[in-house]
Amino acid sequence: MKGWMGKSRVLFLFGIMLLTLTGCGLPNLTALEPKGEGADVIYDLMMLSVIIMVVVGVIVMALYFFVLIRYRQKEDNQDYIPKQTEGNKFLELLWTVVPILLLVVLAVPTVQKTFMLADTTPAEEDKEDAITIEVTGKQYWWHYNYNGLEVQASQDLYIPTGERVYLKLAASDVIHSFWVPAIAGKMDTNPGTGNVNEMWINAYEEGVYYGKCAELCGPSHSLMSFKVVAVSPEEFDQWVEEMKNVNPDATPESESAQAGKELFNSKSCIACHAIGSSPAAAGPNLTNFGSRVKIAGILDNNKQNLIDWLQHPEDIKPGNKMTGKYGNTDADNPLTSEEAEQLADYLLQLNPTEITPEDAEAQ
Amino acid sequence: MSTATAQKKGFGATLWDYLTTVDHKKIAILYLVAGGIFFLAGGLEAMLIRIQLAVPDNDFVSAGLYNQLITMHGTTMIFLAAMPLIFALMNIAVPLQIGARDVAFPFLNSLGFWLFFFGGVLLNVSWFTGGAPDAGWTAYAPLSTTSPGHGVDYYVMGLQISGAGTLIGGINFLVTIVNMRAPGMTYMRMPLFTWTAFVTSVLILFAFPALTVGLFLMMFDRMFGANFFDPQMGGNHVIWEHLFWIFGHPEVYILVLPIFGLFSDIISTFSKKRLFGYSAMVFAVVLIGFLGFMVWAHHMFTTGLGPVANSIFAIATMAIAVPTGIKIFNWIFTMWGGSIRMTTPMLWTVAFIPSFTLGGFGGVMLAAAAADYQYHDTYFVVAHFHYVIVGGVVFGVFAGLHYWWPKFFGTMLSEKLGKLAFWPFFVGFHLTFFIQHFLGLMGMPRRYWKFLPNQDLDLGNLVSTIGAFLMAIGAVIFLINVIVTSVKGEKVSGDPWDGRTLEWSIPSPPPFYNFTQTPLVRGLDPLWIEKRQGNGKMTPAEPLGDIHMPNNSFIPFVMSLGLFIAGFGFIYQVDDKNWLIVGIAGMLITLGSMFVRSVKDDLGYHIHKEDLEKGAGSE
Repeated sequence: MKGWMGKSRVLFLFGIMLLTLTGCGLPNLTALEPKGEGADVIYDLMMLSVIIMVVVGVIVMALYFFVLIRYRQKEDNQDYIPKQTEGNKFLELLWTVVPILLLVVLAVPTVQKTFMLADTTPAEEDKEDAITIEVTGKQYWWHYNYNGLEVQASQDLYIPTGERVYLKLAASDVIHSFWVPAIAGKMDTNPGTGNVNEMWINAYEEGVYYGKCAELCGPSHSLMSFKVVAVSPEEFDQWVEEMKNVNPDATPESESAQAGKELFNSKSCIACHAIGSSPAAAGPNLTNFGSRVKIAGILDNNKQNLIDWLQHPEDIKPGNKMTGKYGNTDADNPLTSEEAEQLADYLLQLNPTEITPEDAEAQ
Repeated sequence: MSTATAQKKGFGATLWDYLTTVDHKKIAILYLVAGGIFFLAGGLEAMLIRIQLAVPDNDFVSAGLYNQLITMHGTTMIFLAAMPLIFALMNIAVPLQIGARDVAFPFLNSLGFWLFFFGGVLLNVSWFTGGAPDAGWTAYAPLSTTSPGHGVDYYVMGLQISGAGTLIGGINFLVTIVNMRAPGMTYMRMPLFTWTAFVTSVLILFAFPALTVGLFLMMFDRMFGANFFDPQMGGNHVIWEHLFWIFGHPEVYILVLPIFGLFSDIISTFSKKRLFGYSAMVFAVVLIGFLGFMVWAHHMFTTGLGPVANSIFAIATMAIAVPTGIKIFNWIFTMWGGSIRMTTPMLWTVAFIPSFTLGGFGGVMLAAAAADYQYHDTYFVVAHFHYVIVGGVVFGVFAGLHYWWPKFFGTMLSEKLGKLAFWPFFVGFHLTFFIQHFLGLMGMPRRYWKFLPNQDLDLGNLVSTIGAFLMAIGAVIFLINVIVTSVKGEKVSGDPWDGRTLEWSIPSPPPFYNFTQTPLVRGLDPLWIEKRQGNGKMTPAEPLGDIHMPNNSFIPFVMSLGLFIAGFGFIYQVDDKNWLIVGIAGMLITLGSMFVRSVKDDLGYHIHKEDLEKGAGSE
């Protein structure tokens, strides 16, 4: 008996220790430190359910341990035959009715919040200014079409802080799921036109928030990361203006980047990747590629990583749709190092806006 | 027909005996061995997954292989390990608990096993023929319908065949429990395990057809160019989600209800008390079974069904917590005032209560639709369903095997090794899965091949992997226990646990005809009543007479083999139409076997009264 109790106590202490060590996770990623209205609403509901569960848990565990300790068979009393109780009407009624009441306490806010989060019609006075973004999940990246603003972007989703931004979610191939834990819950993106989902996100403060795909979508499902860049409303307006007025044909300054621009055309990169506000294509829009938080959603944004990505996309993101599409038969090494460098120079100088993730992070 | 005589028969004869047997106790052993092997395969897959996730940005397995591993781990554990192990327990115990000589349809019982077995083998052949299915065990379209290679084809055919076996098994138990109860064994005197087996069989009857339909549609999509799930062609992939979960949610209860029943029997036996609130327990099981069909869309809260559907399914899901809570309290109050013996089966049971309660708490949290938008498809969900399935079903299977091992094999698993296996498994289980609740909320979605560094997910994942190794150690010690016990081969009495129900009134292992004379049941816990009020022996309900027994048959094996062969034909005719010949040949074998079965009179045989008196088959 002693050994048994001892072991469970060690286990318990160990568990508590681990929880303290791990904390609540990375800010701007974890759902346990909400930075947006949706996540906040959900966090409250989560805590309510935890409180109810802890209360029930304490009662159950108290009874459980009492019974196990008190009614263990005694060495000297092995022939003892306990009274064969059939049941107890009052007790049974009690543990039927009390849980029902507790569940009502949980069910009412659940329904309220489910409807609140699903309400994707902007309030009458905000209708004019409400921002609606069509989000499309694709293997293994995200595209954003800012309705009515003539802005197209990929991977980094710029939004203004302090207002509900409305999203229309769809997918072009298989099901994905759009999740930015720190500011909102998730919503699936369904393929086809018949199952477009809607939700809203509202970031309280400026910041770069981690976004992830949460529905198995193929080999690189775990690498389909994106970022939400929340900036002040003024900065957002500026960003929109600058994105709208990009000249896709602008000649880069450096020679190497100019050569890269040539390659961008001659290697048919341009067939899949738009620069500027033309509609979604087969590959991510590269208008503001130079200020991307990450390359391919996962690598730090620097020249060496970009060269690696251009030369070995399959090693970095298995199953991606870019592998082997450079008009080069040698799929393992589609670009020479020099060409890759030139392309990288070109892509990294695509930086038409003064508003970058650094503006959000600086806050 | 004891093990002793079987050994004398030599290996070939024993093998033939098992290939053709229609005896529910031998079929139980078949289910146990096959389910055990698949459990080890699924466990191995789990270990590879945890090794891959031990450290961030790991390249231990490739992305493609990882998706195959998670798909096969889930599919194997649910369909090929948990289901057959539940069927092993139901086969060994249900006929004995109701005082029957066998199930209602012994031939179908055998057919059900072989269909399951060949379906499971077919699914696993995919490892060696170019890749296992990789679209997750839920096989959501269009990922599954567009998955390259034949992996998902194997999933479709393998599950279709084994699902047919399960459906047959479920119907068989339903009829058995309705028709084969001994005199006096009214419904409200049935042991809880039999009750739960009954409700589970009803669930199988209504849930599996949804899977069958879904798999047929997917088969047509993948193999014959249909577009049921292709939105570009006017189909709708959400239909698959509905069909899958209309099956998939009741499936969870199919697995866990018999375990509830088993725990009820064990708690009652080892507390020396009758079950507290028996009728409430029965009512709770039936209610859980019923509500189990009303909640499938809680797996689809983020699919976009809208707030009305989400709210309805949220409340229906929460409602299940009430009957489940009733059961937890009734178990605790069965032990209240009892005399608790902490045997190995009881140890697993006692460990189950808090583990499953935590799983239930996770379930209620997930039921809150709005909050599920954060939990959905993250490690929170992974933690929750492992708490329910491992903390419920796997703990239950271990408890059940220790409890009924005498009825399976006539020996007792070592109590010492049993407890030694329990501790690492129990500690490892909580270490592996408790922290995953937090990993999910900290931003780790499920089915992630790798997690990236610097996201504060490292420690949690490492702890989880360490826990998984502890669980593996526990499982290995259990295997050692099985081997040691069978090598020793010490026979035990018919009633080693001081049991309360009918299975303990006959020898271990029982003779192949179970009961020499059908017992008369005088109340709940019939053997306990006789021990307290009678001479400790069941009163026969009939005079000693001839016993009618079914003949063994090889036909179920051949019938299932035919479908196994046909499966390959259907899978590969996509590449080359000539493979259709294989498909047709396989179907002909199956249909031919059905024809033979239909025209051949097989009336069985009788064990004569005189032989029974001489003690034929007695130990």
